[in-house]
Amino acid sequence: MADSTQGFTTHSGIAAPLDQANVDTDQIIPKQFLTGVTRSGYGKHLLHDWRYLDLEEKVPNPEFALNKPEHKGATILLARENFGCGSSREHAPWALADFGFKTIIATSFADIFYGNCINNQLVPVALNSQQMDALFDAVKHNPAEEITVDLEAQTVSCGALRFEFDIAAHHKNNLIKGLDAIGQTLELANAIEAFEAKHASWQ
Amino acid sequence: MTMAKTLYEKVWQAHIVDQLGDDSLIYIDRHLIHEVTSPQAFAGLNEKGRKVRRPDKTVGTMDHSISTRSLAIDACGPENALQLNTLAKNCEEHGIQLYPVGHQKQGIVHVMGPELGLIQPGMTVVCGDSHTATHGAFGALAFGIGTSQVEHVLATQTLKQTRAKSMLIKVNGTLPVGITAKDIILAIIGKIGHAGATGYVIEYAGQAIRDLTMEERMTVCNMSIEAGAKAGLIAPDETTFSYIKDREYAPKGADWDAALAYWKTLYTDTDAQFDTVVELQAKDIAPQVTWGTNPGQVIGVKDAVPGPDDFNDPIEKESAKKALAYMGLEAGEKLSDIAVNHVFIGSCTNGRIEDLRAAAHIAQQGKVPSGVTAIVVPGSGNVKRQAESEGLDKIFLDAGFEWRLPGCSMCLGMNDDKLVAGDRCASTSNRNFEGRQGRGARTHLVSPAMAAAAAITGRFADVRDFQE
Repeated sequence: MADSTQGFTTHSGIAAPLDQANVDTDQIIPKQFLTGVTRSGYGKHLLHDWRYLDLEEKVPNPEFALNKPEHKGATILLARENFGCGSSREHAPWALADFGFKTIIATSFADIFYGNCINNQLVPVALNSQQMDALFDAVKHNPAEEITVDLEAQTVSCGALRFEFDIAAHHKNNLIKGLDAIGQTLELANAIEAFEAKHASWQ
Repeated sequence: MTMAKTLYEKVWQAHIVDQLGDDSLIYIDRHLIHEVTSPQAFAGLNEKGRKVRRPDKTVGTMDHSISTRSLAIDACGPENALQLNTLAKNCEEHGIQLYPVGHQKQGIVHVMGPELGLIQPGMTVVCGDSHTATHGAFGALAFGIGTSQVEHVLATQTLKQTRAKSMLIKVNGTLPVGITAKDIILAIIGKIGHAGATGYVIEYAGQAIRDLTMEERMTVCNMSIEAGAKAGLIAPDETTFSYIKDREYAPKGADWDAALAYWKTLYTDTDAQFDTVVELQAKDIAPQVTWGTNPGQVIGVKDAVPGPDDFNDPIEKESAKKALAYMGLEAGEKLSDIAVNHVFIGSCTNGRIEDLRAAAHIAQQGKVPSGVTAIVVPGSGNVKRQAESEGLDKIFLDAGFEWRLPGCSMCLGMNDDKLVAGDRCASTSNRNFEGRQGRGARTHLVSPAMAAAAAITGRFADVRDFQE
């Protein structure tokens, strides 16, 4: 597991808008940065193809939302449908978290990516497309306006906007408590042994 | 009278170790590992002093980061070498069977696994790779996981999972001549969309699916993830059983008999209910070519490239606009007018022997023109040896293709097999995302026969126009 002893209860910060559907994990962290053997250092390569005009990452693309001065220091990412689709690479949430994002608010998430976020204390919040439109508008109108994600209350608020979101109880619990998932399962060793004893040996 | 169950429910219920609220703790029968998504998992285990619970259920191979030109471990530079050596060290320390570069049985994890008989009906199979869906072809529940989950499986041989919804995709009737498994799955993704099966486990059924060989079924299940599905399954039958029999890791003797008796119970009961049902007619499927930047953006080879105005949904409209700009295409263009300068035949989707036979059959009808680079990358050492014993390597080489060593290669370009900006590639792989095969490069997904046809004509050609 990621070093996830710190729980997440609520977070307020400014947002960066990534107003595009189907952002895949190849885009979030391209393959040339997957040769590492540790979990750290991926933030500088986050969204490389869109963020930089060159392969050496020396020339930022001034048009790209994450590079705009008004979104500097953003800790919340706004995205659209099917965010994180494609490859199972956990380097994607590692890169997003290393860059400084604490939570991603999107219309929908791909399954594997969603689970990877939960395992890295990066809180994935799904809202409907009208609610996302409202948040994108709010950030466009005033990039300095903070958004608050309250995981305990399951709400997102921004100025006068206040939306509720769904999250599975066990995911919420793990995020709030920052639990060691493997440690929890290892406590069920007796159940695992009992299962193995009755499971066919050829399986 | 027991409740009618789907195949997915049967496999799921047979693996519940414990029920934890709305989550189930699921036992994992087979864990495949490779160099890219496992080093951090082993590091996590080592930090906490944890052991691999079942090294006997874990098998490793090297595939993503390796050269297809050289067997040298450092052929793609020191970072790739460190990753490969880290896998070797981790497997050694934890007693895990590894098939390293140069081993006859080494290969793309989703090609070599089934080849060795590691994948069997009713199993749960995971790997830190989204194309683990491939193994659903055997009636196994197989899905890709992240590295934290790889660590969880290494330590506990289990995963916490929530049961997915179920989707039945029926492909009725028989396939027309020239239409392949790749065309089936691309047509399905085109119909339901790139996220059309998010939250679902798919079961593929119908005559056209039943008629497929195991390798073809693997091609279909492989791309389940490209529709967002958790997994894709096909009920096992005689085709499945005869494929597995006598392979290295297949049950033997009395175990085979017991296994076979169990496997024959693995089908969806007649009255079982699916959350969603989708039907396609095999006769309507044409050779498929993707035009955009996700696998759902796909058309028949005779169709014109669509434009934003062809879509009602505002998201699809916007996606089409962006995709056309990236792909350097215009609405209304004919695929047969689009030139390619690269062709890639290989990957976990289409790197098996039947794929290479189909490609070679077309390749021998022409020559790769100057200005086009075509590479053939067998999915495993076994596929390579088999192809060479049939003389397929000679056919490819004579036609001007390059014949490479096994690996993931240009599917994702973690080695030096990558494209540069502006390159246009007909590829038998699974993802046409922006930059997937190289920054600024344009990928069109096709079947092996269609890729070979593009290689010898230098543009997209209808494989049905070639000789039988």
